[in-house]
Amino acid sequence: MRFAAMLMAAASVFAVTAANAQSPVKVKIGVLNDMSSLYSDLSGPGSVWAAKKAVEDFGAAAKGLQVEVIAADHQNKADVGTSVARQWYDVEGVDMIVDTPNSGVALAVNTVTREKNKVFINSGAATSDLTGKACSPNTVHWTYDTWALANGTGKAVTKNGGDTWFFLTADYAFGHALERDTSEVVKANGGKVVGTVRVPLNTSDFSSFLLQAQGSKAKIIGLANAGGDTINSIKQASEYGITSSGQKLAGLLIFLTDINSIGLKTAQGLNLTSAWYWDMTDANRAFAKEFSAANGGKYPTMVQAGVYSGVTHYLKSVAALKSAKDGAAVVAEMKKMPTDDKLFGKGEVRADGRQIHPMFLFEVKKPSESKGPYDFYTLKATIPANEAFRPIGEGDCPLVKKT
Amino acid sequence: MTSATSPMAAPREGYSPLRLLIALVVLAALIAAPFLVYPIFLMKVLCFALFACAFNLLLGYAGLLSFGHAMFFGGAAYISAHTVKVLGFTPEIGIIAGTLSAALLGLVTGLLAIRRLGIYFAMVTLALAQMFFFFCLQAPFTGGEDGLQAVPRRAFFGIIDITKDVNLYYVVLAIFVIGFAIIYRAVHSPFGQVLKAIRENEPRAVSLGYRVNQYKLLAFVLSAALAGLAGATKSIVFQLASLTDVAWQMSGEVILMTLVGGMGTMLGPIVGAAIIVTMQNYLASLGEWVLVIQGVIFVLAVSLFRRGVVGEVLAFVQARKEKAAARDAAP
Repeated sequence: MRFAAMLMAAASVFAVTAANAQSPVKVKIGVLNDMSSLYSDLSGPGSVWAAKKAVEDFGAAAKGLQVEVIAADHQNKADVGTSVARQWYDVEGVDMIVDTPNSGVALAVNTVTREKNKVFINSGAATSDLTGKACSPNTVHWTYDTWALANGTGKAVTKNGGDTWFFLTADYAFGHALERDTSEVVKANGGKVVGTVRVPLNTSDFSSFLLQAQGSKAKIIGLANAGGDTINSIKQASEYGITSSGQKLAGLLIFLTDINSIGLKTAQGLNLTSAWYWDMTDANRAFAKEFSAANGGKYPTMVQAGVYSGVTHYLKSVAALKSAKDGAAVVAEMKKMPTDDKLFGKGEVRADGRQIHPMFLFEVKKPSESKGPYDFYTLKATIPANEAFRPIGEGDCPLVKKT
Repeated sequence: MTSATSPMAAPREGYSPLRLLIALVVLAALIAAPFLVYPIFLMKVLCFALFACAFNLLLGYAGLLSFGHAMFFGGAAYISAHTVKVLGFTPEIGIIAGTLSAALLGLVTGLLAIRRLGIYFAMVTLALAQMFFFFCLQAPFTGGEDGLQAVPRRAFFGIIDITKDVNLYYVVLAIFVIGFAIIYRAVHSPFGQVLKAIRENEPRAVSLGYRVNQYKLLAFVLSAALAGLAGATKSIVFQLASLTDVAWQMSGEVILMTLVGGMGTMLGPIVGAAIIVTMQNYLASLGEWVLVIQGVIFVLAVSLFRRGVVGEVLAFVQARKEKAAARDAAP
């Protein structure tokens, strides 16, 4: 803590000199995500582009901020993630880390960020613990979380008659949290969980797990995994004839890029919950067009849109404070100021660090309905912002005062 | 038995003033280092250097290629992280607990593995290490893919505040020096001589009346315990223990460090660890390319300088000395 105090003292000195000299406030943003493995499509270089785009659209230079964006690959390893985060904070002078898919790495970076009093805006990771047990005055969780996904998909599917579930769960924090949250929603809506199997991360062969799921005779196979794991499990379930024999898949976390990899033929009819889709408003479509021009024809996922939105709000708060050095103060400002940007619209950051916005329930289109690249989703329902996320009192977040 | 039987063996000349001077200079540099270089990086180098030295004790001096040392490194990391975080031990007790558990694991593994030689020995250690990996993946206390996170840095011995990186660096340096001293002592002792004899010619060592298996087992346990010491220390430094530490890639990495630096030399593994960790750290932005570069370096090391960096330097010095001696002898 003495080290943190020193940093803060140094920071305030910097802040004073900066104010005196009227020189631009230096802000350094680090995009820490998976650049080369299973989550690189849904975050990866696209998130770096989104962060840079947010800086550009914000007009940082005109508002007295000098913003630099750097990026690194955490290789989905918690120890690599923490050493990069530490080095960024200690040596490189990074003020804020953004994105960071993989809940295990996100929780580790959350701890380091709090210790160093910087800012962590998470868009890519799903664990609702970031605004629950592990919540921190230095962290904002932007795009989605396991509770929101479970609530969206779990409720809709169970109410439509899918009342027995078997879970195929990725064996790490994210999978466990998603399974736990969805089970609760299923049970609360009168359904039953008949079994579960834990699968190692980044598995290529799902056959034995899928056979267990088939043997369970559950109506719904819940896929509590993400990225490449979801793609492989959906494809292989289709190859095994599981979907054609009457069992249905419920993808709990499916990204636009996943549907692209799976193909509409295999994925059609799948229900999924998402925080953002490019073909909803004119602003979204314009963003997607620019994104795809810069990223080899790929379209942005909700994670990348969330990075844009989160960085925008962060820069607003830094501009208001005229300093990026005291992380807790910046996050406090982010919570005070309502959020408003072209992609996520109006919203707020709650006391526990949860950004609040509506969620959407989509159905994947049939190949015949799709008119162009990435034209994949039909909107089925909008979950209003006040119902989309876990009620603030239920997360066991120590920052929330019990009433 | 003379130490000149193998080109791998470092020439031993006892404690010459020059050696002492070099050691002092190196120590002074290590003490000054955290003010020049990022301390966490240095601690990482020291942890891996100790790990590689422990591995080298087995490979370089006893000629046993273990492919499962990640088991001891990572196992100790988990035990020390768990005891410190959940049971509330102080870090020094946590590190000792990790080291002892690695020694115990080494004893069990060693008893099974030393019955076989060569590739079979390597395979037995690999198989046991993989079993241990899957145990760690599933055991509830390890946290699966998440690992054990946010291990608190409590005061060392109750007085040294290790939340400051520089203080922790000196603690890690002390641990490293102790570990290195143990290895140095073991190698330069009658026990070490017998190990080298076994490496050079096992049947002959048997015929001389040595109980070869007991020596091998002791070397194995010692090596496992010191690898555990390195792993336990690493978990305190990074405040986490994760599956990376027990994965087979870690066993491969330590072999790479030892071979690149110079197998069977005292300083080789340290140099090798420094080279590999530096590459991983400063080339991290290149992503997957780090692995390719590592592979290329490994191929170069094996095909061009087989004695490793330090081994080649020693051989060069030795050759010059012999030349000079020959010139002096011939008037």
